[in-house]
Amino acid sequence: MSRFDRAFSRGPALVCFVTAGDPTLEATPAILDALVEGGADVIELGMPFTDPMADGPAIQAANLRSLGAGTTTADIFHIAARFREKHPEVPLVLMGYANPMTIRGPEWFAAECRKAGVDGVICVDIPPEEDPELGPALRAAKVALIRLATPTTDAARLPAVLDGSSGFLYYVSVAGITGLQQAAQASIEDAVTRLKSATRLPVAVGFGVRTPEQAAAIARVADGVVVGSVLVDLVGQHGADAPGPVRELTSALAQAVHGARKSA
Amino acid sequence: MSVTPTANSYRNMPDERGHFGQFGGRYVAETLMPLILDLEREYSAAKADPAFKAEFDDLLEHYVGRPSPLYFAPRLTEYFGGAEVWFKREELNHTGAHKINNCIGQILLAIRMGKKRIIAETGAGQHGVATATVCARFGLPCVIYMGAVDVARQQPNVFRMKLLGAEVVPVQSGAKTLKDAMNEAMRDWVANVHDTFYIIGTAAGPHPYPELVRDFQSVIGKEARAQMLGRTGALPDLLIAAVGGGSNAIGLFHPFLDDPAVAMIGVEAAGHGIETGQHAASLTGGKPGILHGNKTYLLQDEDGQITEAHSISAGLDYPGIGPEHSWLHESGRVKYLPITDAEALEAFQLCCKLEGIIPALESAHALAALPKLAPQMDKDKRILVNVSGRGDKDIFTVAEHLGVKL
Repeated sequence: MSRFDRAFSRGPALVCFVTAGDPTLEATPAILDALVEGGADVIELGMPFTDPMADGPAIQAANLRSLGAGTTTADIFHIAARFREKHPEVPLVLMGYANPMTIRGPEWFAAECRKAGVDGVICVDIPPEEDPELGPALRAAKVALIRLATPTTDAARLPAVLDGSSGFLYYVSVAGITGLQQAAQASIEDAVTRLKSATRLPVAVGFGVRTPEQAAAIARVADGVVVGSVLVDLVGQHGADAPGPVRELTSALAQAVHGARKSA
Repeated sequence: MSVTPTANSYRNMPDERGHFGQFGGRYVAETLMPLILDLEREYSAAKADPAFKAEFDDLLEHYVGRPSPLYFAPRLTEYFGGAEVWFKREELNHTGAHKINNCIGQILLAIRMGKKRIIAETGAGQHGVATATVCARFGLPCVIYMGAVDVARQQPNVFRMKLLGAEVVPVQSGAKTLKDAMNEAMRDWVANVHDTFYIIGTAAGPHPYPELVRDFQSVIGKEARAQMLGRTGALPDLLIAAVGGGSNAIGLFHPFLDDPAVAMIGVEAAGHGIETGQHAASLTGGKPGILHGNKTYLLQDEDGQITEAHSISAGLDYPGIGPEHSWLHESGRVKYLPITDAEALEAFQLCCKLEGIIPALESAHALAALPKLAPQMDKDKRILVNVSGRGDKDIFTVAEHLGVKL
């Protein structure tokens, strides 16, 4: 059983995103610890990129803070390895853009993921059509490739998205960038039903989820809830003092998401 | 060798997946992928539709003012004392540059697809003006993303766009120039994919953009080929064009790619010099990577972070290049030459004084290759330079560099 299987087997899971190296490299490990202590079931660690085209203002700013502090790809793998040592059971996902992931070749990247104990990878700008760029190397290294499904992914296209996906399926609930509006609950329910009839992978829903109330509503229908920009905002506000507030918000979100386990 | 003409051609790219060898492709977020596939289907249908071609040709003739003249430049020829110098006069088009050719083609596609809103990115403002122009002509609302730094240094073009009815959005992220404007346009697109058409300004971005922009711009090379044959009875020996994203260059080069006797040089912006790191020469100073929907040569560090480009020409100030140029570079069919800010400024002034033509700073980069090439070529050889745009927009920049207060 993989770490993902275990994390999603307990009922709806809370998936938390922060950007690696934001605001500094030294600050990230304590922020990740705070997420786990608060009750996050899966961690997404953002790889900063100079041109985060799919991200809204919060995560754009986090990318700039991190790169401004000098974060390198090697640093991110150090953070990942340290996380794996300290939290042997919590799945860790790297999320980012194609260029930093493929610049030294996909095999290099997949091997580094494997070595550091990274369980899965989300690459925003490699759709199934360009799978050879990253997919085969990740599969050979037994690192999950987590694909995104969106409101524009129709029934004809969904099989291509699912083919070669593993870990979980990330449903991007709004056509747009991270951190802005949230989708209507009804449209999320319809989409999750449609996706779950097409795959046995857990379905996690993200984009625009900011409050425990929103998270609870999604957790009643989906296998996971992804929260990112609101946590990144806290890091932006509190800097090196972010672990406290991050732990507090994560705990409220976890209660809301995990509460849906009993009511389900 | 018994190779079929097709297999031997440089003109049958991209493949069905939108790749030019290892370059090109469709590196976009899943949200955009269905739209990109729609666009590809619609473009194929448009290409096969005589009515689409007829409307495109009619607008180019009566609205843009095509064909653009082919001009023999006698005094520059005499000055260099070698090969004859000829110009393709794209600067005489409506809106003052080659950009309008592509905008006409793309807005016809947008209308065909039933899209109700147009977005575009712009650097110097030439593509923004051309897009605002076709939006006014066809009555579609238009939002232009422009880096805040470019907004400040290109005020005349900002005002032109506003006069034409466009909304100009200053982009505050990153270095606040063309790359950031493109990021912001893509963010708008992904959020408004249902009703919005993105008119990309150069032969780059996800497939099918590099192909369709090239096809719309190929009118330059098709005309030039027929005009040279008509005027001189021969093809030119050398083509020269400036390359930022590379749409004016690919438009000139593509119809000649299978003429082995025609040599081609794309001129990249070397800024303060390649060795200073402050340049925009992706082929000379970059390496392959993935950005803005395509794989191509990019200015980047060892971790794949994109580095800032620099050029005196806002239109060349971009850290990437169209994927077909990356492929033509690696295949060796086209040579690429870096030209510095200083060399371009000198060529700019020379062209003004000797030919009475004020070229765009982009085009001045192409002209700056002449002193390196023309004197070494025999007098019976002919060089054709693409004067892609006029320089009225650049007089403030040039004055500043020459220490003149306007």
